[in-house]
Amino acid sequence: MDADTESMVEKSEIINNVMCLLTDPDGTRLGAPLYLPQNAGPQQLNQIVNKLLNNEEKLPYAFYISDEELLVPLEKYLQNKKVSVEKVLPIVCQPQSLFRIRPVNRCSATISGHAEAVLSVAFSPDGRQLASGSGDTTVRFWDLGTQTPLYTCTGHKNWVLCIAWSPDGKYLVSGSKAGELICWDPQTGKSLGNPLIGHKKWITGISWEPVHLNAPCRRFVSASKDGDARIWDVSLKKCVMSLSGHTLAVTCVKWGGDGVIYTGSQDCTIKVWETTQGKLIRELKGHGHWVNSLALSTEYVLRTGAFDHTGKQYSSPEEIKKVALERYQTMRGKAPERLVSGSDDFTMFLWEPFINKHPKTRMTGHQQLVNHVYFSPDGQWVASASFDKSVKLWNGTTGKFVAAFRGHVGPVYQISWSADSRLLLSGSKDSTLKVWDIRTRKLRQDLPGHADEVFSVDWSPDGEKVASGGKDRALKLWMG
Amino acid sequence: MVRSSTSISHSFRLIFPQGDYIERHRRDYGYRLDHFERKRKKEARQVHKRSAMAQKALGIKGKIIAKKNYAEKAQMKKTLAMHEESSSRRKTDDNVQDGAVPAYLLDRDNTTRAKVLSNTIKQKRKEKAGKWDVPLPKVRPVAEDEMFKVVRTGKRKTKQWKRMVTKATFVGPGFTRKPPKYERFIRPTGLRFTKAHVTHPELKCTFNLEIIGVKKNPNGPMYTSLGVMTKGTIIEVNVSELGLVTPAGKVVWGKYAQVTNNPENDGCINAVLLV
Repeated sequence: MDADTESMVEKSEIINNVMCLLTDPDGTRLGAPLYLPQNAGPQQLNQIVNKLLNNEEKLPYAFYISDEELLVPLEKYLQNKKVSVEKVLPIVCQPQSLFRIRPVNRCSATISGHAEAVLSVAFSPDGRQLASGSGDTTVRFWDLGTQTPLYTCTGHKNWVLCIAWSPDGKYLVSGSKAGELICWDPQTGKSLGNPLIGHKKWITGISWEPVHLNAPCRRFVSASKDGDARIWDVSLKKCVMSLSGHTLAVTCVKWGGDGVIYTGSQDCTIKVWETTQGKLIRELKGHGHWVNSLALSTEYVLRTGAFDHTGKQYSSPEEIKKVALERYQTMRGKAPERLVSGSDDFTMFLWEPFINKHPKTRMTGHQQLVNHVYFSPDGQWVASASFDKSVKLWNGTTGKFVAAFRGHVGPVYQISWSADSRLLLSGSKDSTLKVWDIRTRKLRQDLPGHADEVFSVDWSPDGEKVASGGKDRALKLWMG
Repeated sequence: MVRSSTSISHSFRLIFPQGDYIERHRRDYGYRLDHFERKRKKEARQVHKRSAMAQKALGIKGKIIAKKNYAEKAQMKKTLAMHEESSSRRKTDDNVQDGAVPAYLLDRDNTTRAKVLSNTIKQKRKEKAGKWDVPLPKVRPVAEDEMFKVVRTGKRKTKQWKRMVTKATFVGPGFTRKPPKYERFIRPTGLRFTKAHVTHPELKCTFNLEIIGVKKNPNGPMYTSLGVMTKGTIIEVNVSELGLVTPAGKVVWGKYAQVTNNPENDGCINAVLLV
């Protein structure tokens, strides 16, 4: 006891130092290990890192010691965790987004119009337009300013199952249960040409070619229940390639930033295709049941293309391409693209398809099937929505389990990230939406209001609004 | 002719079995001239013969024939249907159906769906004015001497303060009987119920649900407190397994239901859910 009190006294008199090693998320050192005073907190560390990296404008950082965020001065941390002061303390610096997105907390509008359940909602990449697909066979565009219906697009023969905006915001493609795809012009609400026919069964997913690979967006890929994925060209208005090889339905398709296509299927495999000739490059095996959902570490950047939180508009396709490429490269860094797949076998796999055909990590913990996985916009986290009523948060680089968000009383169908990666939105069968805080790992906001199951949620890329649609046929807009 | 040399025919003869003289004769000399004609006629006559046999046969033989004919007929019908299917153009399920679900739910089987009620149907609230608008608005009043049986106690059976409930009752799980000296009302174990068959009036399906408590017995507050369930009684049932959710996203636990039968006569409780 005496020795303890003595040491305490000593500490209060002179400030002790501790050897710290600052690294970035990839593991590269920012400099030689430093002696830091123990009363240094996250603020002081922030200054040091900005100095070390010679940042012109100061960026905010978050600091992690063995995967736990540092919120108190080093001294307190060392005492609480009883970490030896003689060892080198590795600290990981995570750059945070410059802007903050306000959590949504109220319903700003309930717009009726659809005559059947709303199956998908999507904001345009610049966050200025909103579209929804419904079971009444129509696609609707909504006016976000007045919160009223803008265009009603008829043309499909059956339920509109999925919609996807092109990354430059010039087109919207919708796929239906009858297997046809229609390309719409968001400015006029008219269809561009006849329905694209080729799939024999319903469409399960659509993904556009990233804008940094091909400047005016032309090509997109669609996945169908009939086991094929098809690449279509909007300007030629026909199918360019058919990627067949899966023996069962393709459930999810993603066009990666390096120009390859990933398809996940009910035959338990994930296939990687190259896009010039439609050849199979890799086959990723490991899942024991259907693959339900795929997520790419760069997915958010690919979706938004050149648009970011500043709301800048670009005039020429070349400019868009240049900016998008820049954004993609900063986002990706030096590390290869990562892929996460969620499956009916209750697990998820983290892959690095360019390096290894074997999974990097297996992420276990869910007690029911995983319906939706999504990388955070900065690629640091992975969130997974499961039918076991929970949303789980995982480390995006290592695949380690971080936290479980419990609170829903029904299966969680869909999740969506805010653009600053600080908040997560989930929509569930229990008719509510919930906003989760990544930092405190707690429920931030409960958003009741839907009268029935929530099928689809989307957080607009500019962070202003959230849209949700469900079985009660109403489209709801939420605001902060 | 098949044979070309004697040595081959010799070896053939060794291999051939003994009882093939008919085939051999046919091979050597051909069929009888009227063979095919006779065969056709025999086959044509066969059906008549068989039908005569089927009508005539009695007992086990009749049964065997009937069974065989039935199997044949069923098989024929199946084959016909199969051929029909391949040739006729059926209407595909192109027409738009109700109850649209997103792509990620399309392949999931909806077996649990029948039980888990849809929220939209469920959450329809009646107006405040219709608070007492229950399925059975009037009940037959039950007199006290029908409800209770007097139990005579004491050494000489002269005391008459004890009562036995003659109707179905609900007794909570934590109930302990009082000592006999103080127990005025006896609720017989044979008439105690813990579960009720509750019908959802809009979905027309019935669930076996646990009873949570007796909310109101229209015959009097005393019966309510005793947990007596007669026709028209409002009971509270546990609906958590139906998966209903409130607009705020909480699971609905208890709901009221009204008893629609005479449980003491039927040995079970039937009720309608009040929505």
